[in-house]
Amino acid sequence: MNTVVAKPWAAVKRTVAYKEVIKALWKANPISKQILGICSALAVTVQMQTAVAMGLALTTVVAFSSLIVSLLRASIPRNIRIIVQVAVIATLVIIADELLKAFLYDVSKQLSVFVGLIVTNCIVLGRTEAYAMNNPPGRAFLDGLANGLGYTSVLVGVAFLRELFGSGRVLGYPVIPEAFYQAGYVNNGLLVLAPGAFIMIGLFVWLEHTLLERK
Amino acid sequence: MENLIGIGVNSIFVGNILLSYFLGMCSFLAVSRNLKTAAGLGVAVIFVMALTTPANWLIYRFLLAPGALAWAGLPEINLSFLKLILFIAQIAAIVQVLEMVIDRYSPALYTGLGVYLPLITVNCAILGVSLFMVERSYTFAETLVYGAGSGTGWCLAIIAMAAIQKKLRYADVPAGLQGFGQSMIVTGLIAIGFMLFAGVSI
Repeated sequence: MNTVVAKPWAAVKRTVAYKEVIKALWKANPISKQILGICSALAVTVQMQTAVAMGLALTTVVAFSSLIVSLLRASIPRNIRIIVQVAVIATLVIIADELLKAFLYDVSKQLSVFVGLIVTNCIVLGRTEAYAMNNPPGRAFLDGLANGLGYTSVLVGVAFLRELFGSGRVLGYPVIPEAFYQAGYVNNGLLVLAPGAFIMIGLFVWLEHTLLERK
Repeated sequence: MENLIGIGVNSIFVGNILLSYFLGMCSFLAVSRNLKTAAGLGVAVIFVMALTTPANWLIYRFLLAPGALAWAGLPEINLSFLKLILFIAQIAAIVQVLEMVIDRYSPALYTGLGVYLPLITVNCAILGVSLFMVERSYTFAETLVYGAGSGTGWCLAIIAMAAIQKKLRYADVPAGLQGFGQSMIVTGLIAIGFMLFAGVSI
């Protein structure tokens, strides 16, 4: 017990839950490592505000659908499990969509159909199918939460770069001084357009892979 | 008529469902390794999109839209929040029926197309096209053109991607960029190419 008191962090590090969370956030990040859920990752990253809202919506949906599927897992018949999972996910997505419309109407207009498309986002179905169906509710919820946050972290990172270099703003506030523009600095309009998203996420993944390999 | 041609050209090139709305990326990345399978999946997507989008239009118009139940004497009811569930169920059902019909009447086509059909249910481009059709309030004729055009655009993009990947097989790509990173950058360049059609006015 002494070691636990002396180094609480080391004890935490040995738990299964900690390993799962780190795996989802970094080593097996759903976007950059497993290539899941790319569609929405590209579409909502023009501004940080929409990226954060989308990330939170997805995190909520994946965490709670994992929890619910895990609670139901004993009573779901094997051969219709996909339909049951999709029904759970779709219900949660509708709730998330209606909540966004009620409290963040402008953001919900900008996200347009992409919140609805969380239904077909492979991260959500991937986690419920691969993890929640075989694990207890508490851990399934944590796993969903961690995967959602892993997704959000990539989304916000890409959105930060696109907003900064594409329109010279961070979270909607101009950050590049006027003097730069007078000295001839120009915002890179390509980054705001669709092709910029592809190229930016390509470079982002390149950086991440290179950093991981060096360790 | 001009309007329809405009929607068609726009959905194939400038407003390409994959390259400017980023839908259907998962299967696009997974299947673009081989030119033949890419073309097979592309054709299947055209087929399914051209069928499901008008079918979803009918569901939305006569069951879900605000006031759509007027024919049943219930004009105040608005069920549009149910569109996600009904659209995805409709797509899954159509794909399933299509698979059985093709298997029954054309085994040759089934061996070529059949394996891709289950993949298509989870292709977010299919659901996305139906949702965009609602958001832009297209008429039935416009929906027909939009569904087929979007499918064609997706098919063109995946064939272009598979062809480029084939040429890149012998290229010396930096280690960290191989795989996903490289595909994304190539897709970005294809997207720039497709965007050039924005200057063409009809």
